[in-house]
Amino acid sequence: MENIKNDLFEFEVGTDGIGVLSINQINNPTNLFSTEFITAYIQLAQDAIADKNIKGVIITSARSMFMPGADLRELQNMGNNPKEQFETTMQMHQALRAIETAGKPFVAAINGTAMGGGLELCLTCHHRIVLNNVKIKLGFPEAKVGLLPAGGGNSKAPYLLGIQNALMYLLQGKEVRPAQALKDGLVDDLAESQEELIEKSKAWILANSNPVQPWDNKKYRVPGGDVWSANGVQTLVGAAGNLGKMAHGNYPAQNYIMKVIHDGLPMTIDRALEIEARYFTKLLASKEAKNMIRTGFMELQKAKKGIARPKTEPKYEIKKLGILGAGMMGAGIAYVSAKAGMNVVLKDVTQEGAEKGKAYSKAILDKAISKKRSTPEKAEALLSRIEATTDPAAMKDCDLVIEAVFEDPKLKAIVTAETEAVLGKDKIYASNTSTIPITELAKASSRPDNFIGIHFFSPVEKMPLVEIIVGEKTEAKAIAAAVDYTVAIGKIPIVVNDSRGFYTSRCFGTFVSEGSFMVEEGVPAAMVENVSKAEGMAVGPLAVIDEVTLTLGLHVYESDPTLNKPAFQERSYKMQKDLVENHDRKGKKWGAGFYDYPKGMPKKLWPGLAEKYNSNVDYLDKETVGKRILHRQAIEAFKCLEEGVLNSVVDGDLGSVLGWGFPIFTGGVLSYIDFVGIQTFVAECDDFTKRFGERFTVPDKLRAMSEAGKSIHEY
Amino acid sequence: MEAYIYDAVRSVRGKGNKKGALYGVTPTELSRQVLVALKERNQLDTSKVEDVIFGCVAQVKDQGVNIAKSAAQESNYGDHLCGVTLNRFCGSGLEAMNQAAAYVKSGFSNLMVAGGVESMSRVPMGSDGGGFLMDPLQAIPRNLVPQGISADLIATKYGFSRNDTDLYAVESQKRASEAEADKRFKSRIPITDINGIDILATDENIRPSTTLEGISKLQPSFAMMGSMGGFDAVAIDKYPEIEELDHVHHAANSSSIVDGAGATLIGNKEIGKAIGLTPRFRVRAAAVEGTDPTIMLTGPVPASVKALKQAGMSINDIDLFEVNEAFSAIPMYFMDKLGVDHSIVNVNGGAIAMGHPLGATGCMIAGTLMDELERRDLNTGLITLCIGGGMGIATIIERV
Repeated sequence: MENIKNDLFEFEVGTDGIGVLSINQINNPTNLFSTEFITAYIQLAQDAIADKNIKGVIITSARSMFMPGADLRELQNMGNNPKEQFETTMQMHQALRAIETAGKPFVAAINGTAMGGGLELCLTCHHRIVLNNVKIKLGFPEAKVGLLPAGGGNSKAPYLLGIQNALMYLLQGKEVRPAQALKDGLVDDLAESQEELIEKSKAWILANSNPVQPWDNKKYRVPGGDVWSANGVQTLVGAAGNLGKMAHGNYPAQNYIMKVIHDGLPMTIDRALEIEARYFTKLLASKEAKNMIRTGFMELQKAKKGIARPKTEPKYEIKKLGILGAGMMGAGIAYVSAKAGMNVVLKDVTQEGAEKGKAYSKAILDKAISKKRSTPEKAEALLSRIEATTDPAAMKDCDLVIEAVFEDPKLKAIVTAETEAVLGKDKIYASNTSTIPITELAKASSRPDNFIGIHFFSPVEKMPLVEIIVGEKTEAKAIAAAVDYTVAIGKIPIVVNDSRGFYTSRCFGTFVSEGSFMVEEGVPAAMVENVSKAEGMAVGPLAVIDEVTLTLGLHVYESDPTLNKPAFQERSYKMQKDLVENHDRKGKKWGAGFYDYPKGMPKKLWPGLAEKYNSNVDYLDKETVGKRILHRQAIEAFKCLEEGVLNSVVDGDLGSVLGWGFPIFTGGVLSYIDFVGIQTFVAECDDFTKRFGERFTVPDKLRAMSEAGKSIHEY
Repeated sequence: MEAYIYDAVRSVRGKGNKKGALYGVTPTELSRQVLVALKERNQLDTSKVEDVIFGCVAQVKDQGVNIAKSAAQESNYGDHLCGVTLNRFCGSGLEAMNQAAAYVKSGFSNLMVAGGVESMSRVPMGSDGGGFLMDPLQAIPRNLVPQGISADLIATKYGFSRNDTDLYAVESQKRASEAEADKRFKSRIPITDINGIDILATDENIRPSTTLEGISKLQPSFAMMGSMGGFDAVAIDKYPEIEELDHVHHAANSSSIVDGAGATLIGNKEIGKAIGLTPRFRVRAAAVEGTDPTIMLTGPVPASVKALKQAGMSINDIDLFEVNEAFSAIPMYFMDKLGVDHSIVNVNGGAIAMGHPLGATGCMIAGTLMDELERRDLNTGLITLCIGGGMGIATIIERV
């Protein structure tokens, strides 16, 4: 067999009779598992098996990553013809199984991250050796995009890991480092260097001329017992319960992953792969997978790379960042910015306050060190980049200043003027307000063209979204700077236009207010909370109001000068005012809101709610409760689109998923309209308008789209 | 044609664990002894018995391969005797009686033995596998949970507190102890060994010393399963009005795990005349009804309502009830929902005191009820059990 070099890989046979396949997909940013690749690989493997002079094959990578997954660009367009999809998948399995069972050793020399399809390729090999480098990750992330590992991984993982551990890997998309992978049995050996990796691979080939996979070995026992062992039964029963608890039945991929193990593991591997292929086929065509691939991967990746920045603007470099206000938000911003290598000036009114803000970073770092995720040296370097101060003049050399003081326009105006007095004329000033219109705040600025909103979410170090708000006079340079900054700190920017509450706070507000309205109408509070969670919201609306505090809600309403506020805002205000003033229920901070917060015990809904609002289980069915929670948010998001607050459906989707925990399986708050079915959605909102109020009124444009049978993505 | 119950016998019940008295007795042997007792008590012409229908839940190991036929063979009734084993979970023993009655009423059979058996010590609950809780596509979309969670869900939803359910359990023990002391269990037989020596002569599980204070200290049985197994959350997804499950049930206010068997003789009027037997009861109505599988154990109410309607009777026409005490909350829910007084329900105690050998219980409590109706010289009785998967079964009997 001759040596091969093409766009996908190089193959060379050494004098020792061992073929080395180096995957190098030169037209891709990284090696990917794709139809093109696997077809070429199968051909090559068949040729190598047929060649009597070749003793075995080593598969490795010429790139920094071995193969981090499948080509999702290809996958998202596949699966629309289920029969064809199933047959294609089975053809691949048959070919890969023929390679596995041919009696010629194949070794995966894993010299970089191998995930999903990449790891499954390694599982078709008889032996796996991985380079012992902590940067290398191994795992099956398919469930995160609504799929299952369909290259044999779902069926084979339990043979290596045992059922329980396989479920951990597969259901949660758990990623492990090489040492853990060895411990768990996912790989067979570690190598300390590239040379050792190849040496060990060659030695194994020479010592194992006729290898048999565990799933082909009749004497092999699944670690921890098979499906019908006492342990297997207990594991699967517990897994089904916990899966129900975590996913509320909203994610078919997880159910199918478990189903493939339940049905397939007791079977022969060839027939088990058939089960795997059938459920994969079903998932590939599912709304959930398409939504998760689009919003959760494709669009997210684009946003992460800064697709939102004005193309014509040059890159805006931020060497030094100023932060005004060292409260929880300011302190969090300081941490993420210093972590990204920026020098940070963290200013507060008192030195004590500023130091306290800096100590926030130290606390995070101490925890990271204790969990071995950082080192004292790295932590020290990061902290040395944060300067705590009370001096407004310290903002002088900053490229970007982010104001994070209390939500009071007067106070914000004062610090704006104070900062602009020292800040370079061409530098950017941003406010981290969560509700006050940027155009209004920019009135205090002498250079409103460089004034922008950069809205972080709390806790800053954990929340991935940043909402960038463009005021009336904000110019492209400021937008580019804000996007470049967000990308630099590794967060995901969406750019929206000005409005009270912008996009996220405004829609999020409808989620919590709708929840509270139902309580007011007589739906048991527990039902509102539990149904919201069952529908996929991360937290119940009442718990959220308690966290934010009812008093803040009152403050936001009272400080909003807008005349003729929407009726729902007034209703929400009156309800919360009544709770605060007549029942002393101000929020979690005070130990009393919608919930009671007994010390050292889990929170419990305030029994007074049931009495006050005459709660009645039969007032509203749970389906309607769930739809009110989600439909209401979607209506508001559509209004944001119509009013030009949102620039695109995708921004709306990303903002909802990353900003306030709207369930990803729907694709996001606007894709949710398609998920329900646009016509069903409109009909249900019409019904809700009659029954529950004008806030469900369907915008004309949405109605027109529904009548035309359009998808929300055709907006 | 009418179906009559000529007689009912049941074995003593032994604790269903490795220390239990009947651990060493195979379920086939338990079954054989009740069949032999039925024969001896009635000096039965066994050549006239056509079939044995037995309920048994975990039909594997000792209970595998159609245990009814094994029992039929061992009983020496004759080679003509057939056997069929059925599984309607906890309703199996009563289902066997209902099926026998249906055979008789249809004219397909003249005389049959119906009963049930379960050796929970030798074949533990759950040994027979199945997909209910394990197959994710069965369990997850339907919010299926283990029974104990369902029982606690009923208690939470309908407001039966730990104290309420404990009081119920104490009363069950008290009633069973009194019945035992009063020697009311006439149709109960001891289980003996190959020498004829008694292995167990009275129900092993009754605890006359049970006090409210004593059992109030017991840890809830299903709290761990509810939190670690995720099942509380699964139940709450279906019943979102519940903030938190109140895990009231524990070992002493739930049915006990025991071994035991029971058998009844069911036939038409003519066969009785032919072989010289007098019928004791007529089977008036029988019904099953399904419910939501998450709450699972509320079935006795709709099944009983259905049976009453079939019989053209009202709840007030029933003199005594046997509502299986799978968990305290089950008879409590039944009494609440149908407005039945505790004074006529499970008057001699129930499964909390004596135990619940799954496949046998239905037939055993039917026998208890027959004895008591005769003792009190009353006429009508209703037997009902809650059943896994969300089912209920009820049978109405009437003295002849």
